[in-house]
Amino acid sequence: MIVEVKKLLKRFPIGNGFFTALNGINIEFSEGEFAGLVGPSGSGKTTLLNIIGSLDVPTEGEVVVLGKSVGKLNPKEAAQLRKSELGFIFQNYNLLPVYTVFENVEFPLLLLNMTANERKKRVMETLEWVGLTNKVKSRPSQLSGGECQRVAIARAMVKRPKLVLADEPTANLDSANSHNILQTMEKLNKELKTSFIFATHDEKVIGYLKRIIRLDDGKVVEDTNPLTP
Amino acid sequence: MTKQKKIPDNANLNSPFSGLGGIFLLKTAFRSLIGNGLKTWLNVFVLSFTFVLIIFMQGLLEGWNRQALNDTIKWEIAGGQYWNIKYDPYDPFSLDSSASVLPSGFASKYKSHQIEPVLLSPGTIYPDGRMQSVMLKGIRSDQHLVALPTNLLKSNNENDIPVIIGNHMARQANLKVNDLVTLRWRDVNGTFEAVDIRVAGIFSSPVPTVDLGQIWLSLEQLQKMTMRPDASNILLKSVDIPAQKVADWSFKDQTELTKQTTAMIKAKANGYDVIYTIFFLLALIAIFDTQTLSIFRRQREIGTLVALGMTQKKVVALFTLEGTMNAVLAIIVGSIWGMPLFISFANYGIHIPMDVSSFGIPMADRMYPVFSPHLIIGTMSLIIVITALVSYLPARKIARMNPTEAIRGKAL
Repeated sequence: MIVEVKKLLKRFPIGNGFFTALNGINIEFSEGEFAGLVGPSGSGKTTLLNIIGSLDVPTEGEVVVLGKSVGKLNPKEAAQLRKSELGFIFQNYNLLPVYTVFENVEFPLLLLNMTANERKKRVMETLEWVGLTNKVKSRPSQLSGGECQRVAIARAMVKRPKLVLADEPTANLDSANSHNILQTMEKLNKELKTSFIFATHDEKVIGYLKRIIRLDDGKVVEDTNPLTP
Repeated sequence: MTKQKKIPDNANLNSPFSGLGGIFLLKTAFRSLIGNGLKTWLNVFVLSFTFVLIIFMQGLLEGWNRQALNDTIKWEIAGGQYWNIKYDPYDPFSLDSSASVLPSGFASKYKSHQIEPVLLSPGTIYPDGRMQSVMLKGIRSDQHLVALPTNLLKSNNENDIPVIIGNHMARQANLKVNDLVTLRWRDVNGTFEAVDIRVAGIFSSPVPTVDLGQIWLSLEQLQKMTMRPDASNILLKSVDIPAQKVADWSFKDQTELTKQTTAMIKAKANGYDVIYTIFFLLALIAIFDTQTLSIFRRQREIGTLVALGMTQKKVVALFTLEGTMNAVLAIIVGSIWGMPLFISFANYGIHIPMDVSSFGIPMADRMYPVFSPHLIIGTMSLIIVITALVSYLPARKIARMNPTEAIRGKAL
């Protein structure tokens, strides 16, 4: 099992009270999944994705990612998990503006202290997967939205993570670019066995998912392909 | 596509910047700093100006101090002075009582010119019919302990009384070489005497205390004029002989005799401190402001760095380093435009157009600043440390940011 979510409760303080974003979630993801958390705004899908990504911690319950309980990790251990095992793709691409395409993709490898030769090989190979070898020296401001998101995918994939978390990856893309991106991710999922978990309400994305987990008001209301019935 | 290759968990554990990729941290900080464009260069220029100004002013003061002390030693103090215990430089009435004969223990050193007696006596000159108080100072014409051109005091004519004066004194009294001027003084009995003295030479000295209001004449001549045979108030000591205890005379070493000069230069230095502190503060406020704005503007970037695997503490370190690099760039920029100036000033000096008499501190017409490695490295370190502190203060906010909010640009 790559991710286990057990009786997850997440509350955020609001004024004198709390807002419950996730309420008693139980889900499991296995290796190589291409799954999506689907639901309207405020349903808790991004919150769940953030907790799985060890960017946030549960209020109650447990989330185990690659054998590590997210709530029990100290900041250094959580950073180590994100650095070596997880990839992130964001709605707004979140590329580092002062870096070139090559450097943006190289960044996670620098954090891992890989040698220059190995970095170069990995980056070029990854850029080839996403079809951006002709843009290595371009800066994000010189790219289209679709190209930026492909750079973000390359950045997430370059370290060969076990799990990629994508939060609304097509929200800022047109239809053609969305399909292009999704096909790229589907291909990576098939060939590298990398697990993908999406948070989305985009029908185009939903069309590609092999498993759909519908959330509403912080609860799972539907799981099309649950691992445990 | 190639097969997935796992990266070991401990791939970076041996790095001094564990998880930051060593030199990569510097590279990242530098890139982001340069990415700030004009804002960065404005900060860097103001900081580089402060850096150059601090070094220049400190170098100038250091040069002035050294020059003043060296000149005072060369022109007035020699290797130290023995003062008659009754002599008080601030009490003119002590001049009579403190004039006494040379101690017997100094006879041989007197003969070998390792001790030079100086007799002091107040007097008045009448240049162009004006009355001007002066201090008469008698010194042997063949002395070599101080730089005064005393060889001009030699005379074979009994009626000729040659004197030497400094150029500021000459200007004040409107005297030229070979001019005669009437001098009035009192002898040991209090009787007023007057005679015409001849200006045998005008010397140029950066030390005002040997120039302003001073008339130097032969020791023998002044002793005769004041009817004080063998008397003196001060004994100049050669640097070649050690100081010794002598009854009724107290020894003043070079440090003690230059204490006042050092104190006056330090007092002037405080004024300059205020100027460059203002510049430094302006630069620091600009950096603080830029850092604060940068953190607000780059929330998404901060969140992304955390998502990619940096701890918030390391992002704080990155932003602090980025701010601190303003100082590093300022030092580089300051060195580029400041170094030629420093080298030029240190070699050719700076012409000081002011009249030294207005300062009352030894000051040469040309000042040579001293830019010591200690001064340069000390100033660099000070600027880097303070800039790092100013950069760290706003960067602390990052540690309190919620990374999930930061990723969406809504953490602040």
